[in-house]
Amino acid sequence: MGWLTEPLEFAFFRHGLAVATLAGALCGLIGVYVTLRGMSYIGHGLSHAIFGGAAASALVSLNFYLGAGLWGMACALAIGRVTRRRIIGSDAAIGVITTASFAFGIALLGLYGQVRKSIDAAIFGSVLGVTMADVWVVAAVTVAAGLVVLAFYRKLLFTTFDPEVADVSGVNTARMDALLMLLLSVSILATMKVLGVVLIAATLVIPAVVARMLTNSFARMLWLSTLIGALCGFVGMIASYHLDVSSGATIVLVGAALFAVVFAVTGPRGRRRAAGLEDHGPAPVAATAVARD
Amino acid sequence: MSALLRLHRVTCAYGGTPVLVDADLEIGERDFTGIVGPSGSGKTTLLRAMLGTVEPAGGRVERQPGLRVGYVPQVETVNWSFPVTVFEAVLMSRTSGRRLPWPSAAERAEVASVLDRLGIGGLGRRHIRELSGGQQQRVFLARALLRRPQLLLLDEPTSGVDVRTRHEILHLLDDLNGDGLAVVLSTHDLNGIAAHLPQLVCLNTRITGRGTPREVLTPDVLERTYGAPMEVLEHGGMPIVVDAPQLVTDLGARTPRSVTSSRRREATWAG
Repeated sequence: MGWLTEPLEFAFFRHGLAVATLAGALCGLIGVYVTLRGMSYIGHGLSHAIFGGAAASALVSLNFYLGAGLWGMACALAIGRVTRRRIIGSDAAIGVITTASFAFGIALLGLYGQVRKSIDAAIFGSVLGVTMADVWVVAAVTVAAGLVVLAFYRKLLFTTFDPEVADVSGVNTARMDALLMLLLSVSILATMKVLGVVLIAATLVIPAVVARMLTNSFARMLWLSTLIGALCGFVGMIASYHLDVSSGATIVLVGAALFAVVFAVTGPRGRRRAAGLEDHGPAPVAATAVARD
Repeated sequence: MSALLRLHRVTCAYGGTPVLVDADLEIGERDFTGIVGPSGSGKTTLLRAMLGTVEPAGGRVERQPGLRVGYVPQVETVNWSFPVTVFEAVLMSRTSGRRLPWPSAAERAEVASVLDRLGIGGLGRRHIRELSGGQQQRVFLARALLRRPQLLLLDEPTSGVDVRTRHEILHLLDDLNGDGLAVVLSTHDLNGIAAHLPQLVCLNTRITGRGTPREVLTPDVLERTYGAPMEVLEHGGMPIVVDAPQLVTDLGARTPRSVTSSRRREATWAG
């Protein structure tokens, strides 16, 4: 057990391990909704968008969580609004809004080089920079996300599965969409320090895809994905210590290895289930009305 | 009998193109109405105007205060790869009241009762893709019924199902209507569905006819609705719609000519 207890002697590692495990669970939970809505790309996009906010916050000496958080929420809500208008697809909306924000961050870096050091951790993730305050932030966000999913479970499920019928059944689907985007941007913000901008998308997608290959039930997929995310975070951090490789990279590689194993074990059945994640749900309302009628 | 819903000169348009014009319609308690018309005639739009998901560009829709409407969408719009069991798919429509994700004992019993009534009891743990076409249609009917609606709207409930399943769905809807539920459905199937319904609305952007099948399944109304000549025969007291013999004869006469001319063309190219 020395391989497990040895790294725990260091306070910074204990903090990092707690944050990585919680971040994995959080991303696993939110990732279920993200993948089932065909928005796997959004994690990647939003983390890049928040980079713009992180750069601007560092420049004006604003608190990272406050500045980057507000920026991320604004981007997420803008993506949701553009997507709901159904003129362009969600992938295109994400592409335009998030790359513009990322480019803004890059431009700030070019103009004010001194902010580079403070946001390096945001790009690649750094367990060394994790403080006890960060642990509390991630824990609070994870608990809050869990409570929101519990409280709005059926409405979120209905909106994700069949937004048109959910709408006529009295569910405020616009509010559910906004709530989910809010959760997503807060989750990315909270986990960015340990996972890094570049690798967050994988932690949103991999646990959900692995869970989808293992079950046909939404409820089971939700807790399985959360558990798998937490497991990848925990194992990835231990591996990161022993291999002396960055925490974000090892967490993602552990997830990828698990994906490969489950992919092989579940065979064609699991592959069919995972392939279904490419379906983006029902066609847009106006489009179907015109196309079918 | 009081009206559940009234449409007064309702006009709907997508991007400036009208797809439903000046529709006047009243749906009363215990009505069982079919909407027929060609593709692009506005059937789905009419249903959506009743539902309130499409905002009319003109006219108004009046609903009885507190009206509960159940909606069964076209099965083609369903994401069959979504990880959801039959039980979960039905229960998701119960969004008011209980906040907890897991169902109460009463909710479990209610879902089981609806599934049993629709003949799919015992399939609750199955994934929605692991069902036959008729069973899949019943799952979404069960989801709508769990809301205890007064009015049930169905968009092409029998598209893509075999004859036996079509009969079963029709009988099921008839039973529900007999229990006091008003039913409105859209269909392309004139002989298999429309001819068996008590009331029909014929639609081609505008309402071209309404009444019993005997009143509206006539050559005159059908030509106005479909823009093509149709004949109506009678079999066992039921109207049967067939393509006009003139049209069939014309096509039959044209086919040999087309074949001959294309052969001539092939011969010319070969030469």
